[in-house]
Amino acid sequence: MYTEKVMEHFRNPHNMGEIPDADGVGTVGNPVCGDLMTIYIKVKDNRIEDVKFKTFGCGAAVATSSMVTDLAKGKTLEEASKITRGDVANELGGLPPIKMHCSNLAADALHAAIEDYKKKQKGLGK
Amino acid sequence: MAAKRIYMDHTAGKPVDPRVTEAMLPYMSALYGNPSSIHSLGQEAKQAMENARAKVATLINAERKESIIFTSGATESNNMAIKGYAYRSKDRGTHIITSSIEHMSVMNPVKYLSTHGFKASFLPVDQYGFVSLESLEREITPETILVSVMYANGEIGTVQPIKEISQIVHAKKAVLHVDATAAIGQVPVDVQAEGVDLLTISSNDIYGPKGIGALYMKQGVRVEPMIHGGGQEQGLRSGTENLPSIVGFGKAAELAKAEMQAESERLVKLRDRFTRGLVGAVPYSFLNGHSAKRLPNNVAVRYSFIEGESMLLSLDMLGVAASSGSACTAKTLEPSHVLIAIGLKHEEAHGSLLFTLGKQNTEEEVDYVVGVMPDIVKRLRKMSPLTPKELKE
Repeated sequence: MYTEKVMEHFRNPHNMGEIPDADGVGTVGNPVCGDLMTIYIKVKDNRIEDVKFKTFGCGAAVATSSMVTDLAKGKTLEEASKITRGDVANELGGLPPIKMHCSNLAADALHAAIEDYKKKQKGLGK
Repeated sequence: MAAKRIYMDHTAGKPVDPRVTEAMLPYMSALYGNPSSIHSLGQEAKQAMENARAKVATLINAERKESIIFTSGATESNNMAIKGYAYRSKDRGTHIITSSIEHMSVMNPVKYLSTHGFKASFLPVDQYGFVSLESLEREITPETILVSVMYANGEIGTVQPIKEISQIVHAKKAVLHVDATAAIGQVPVDVQAEGVDLLTISSNDIYGPKGIGALYMKQGVRVEPMIHGGGQEQGLRSGTENLPSIVGFGKAAELAKAEMQAESERLVKLRDRFTRGLVGAVPYSFLNGHSAKRLPNNVAVRYSFIEGESMLLSLDMLGVAASSGSACTAKTLEPSHVLIAIGLKHEEAHGSLLFTLGKQNTEEEVDYVVGVMPDIVKRLRKMSPLTPKELKE
């Protein structure tokens, strides 16, 4: 059902956890649907210096969360904003069709975290 | 890594008993006759088929073997009972009642009929999954022709009070169909004592081959055929009979009749040890269904804050096969309608885990799974944003 790459990320997810003093936090999904993801980012000089995730959901939800943190780490905010759901799925060697829209939310959570960071910056008058 | 294989998904599929396979083999080689043929090879096949029919009839205490119609399995039997009886009886009434926790092969035929000139009512169940007898009394009218309630539910294990349901149904001159797919071979099903008019069973549930089942029809209860053709099975189910599977089904029924009681007693002990172990080892874990009035092989639990498919994958990595009612394991993206009907919230239903035990499961296997669950749950809870702070350490 899942690719070996998905299972690898499910078994040993990268960057799992919280960043207590995160610069941006993005949450997408809903426990009612079975998937809920939070992405935390730490930003320095317009780059994602650190990124972590918390996920409630299926194997695909965990693997996409892990993968998106790998893809985003070290990228500028502009580069990270361009990471798509498709990129995440491709890097994992594909996802089962039914999981493409329900559990492939990690890119959205990353974008929400970047938006949250930008909003906070505006609020601080920077 | 997965050196051992622990199979605990017997509701999804069971291994065929080797004694059943052995009984079937001659009918896949030397004994290939068609039961409809006049010559001796055909007549031998006919004899084998009728012997099997008698064994299936005995298992459910049917009054005569002719009450058993062989089908391709429980889905066909349920369709034949519900649509076949509805079409046959539409001049007497157009109302059908079923419960809200039936298998899809009952649910969907009833829903289909409700868009084709029939009216349908779905009875609620309580938190354990027992059908509300009060609402059955309330819903049933002289217009009601058919009531369909499952004997037991494979997802939560709950066994219904069929005899009481039958009394209410018969007092209103309606007919009772019972889907006994999950129950057969685990609890003694007696169509005469319990007052069942139509009963669905399938062979794989009693360690027979897949692709074969039966519909029991009480004498005098008639259905319209769903499959028309050469008129086999009393004109109710045309098509050359699947003889190897019918013989296998018969052998499986004979074995179930002889061995069910001892095996069920063994399973009840195993089930209760398993349930106590699972729920006792992890906080925020619960049993789905009733603790005693449940199928001997059914251990249905749920864990808060985590999702079922992740648990299944984690178990599979250790060689353990189980099942879940989470939407993430379904084709529909909806959590199990059974778990929603017993009042669970969507997020609770997502955290469900179903172990269904079978003949080859041992105490050692049960203890192994009890032993590995806490770490699986802990790891996923650590990952989950829903987990309360005090559980994270």
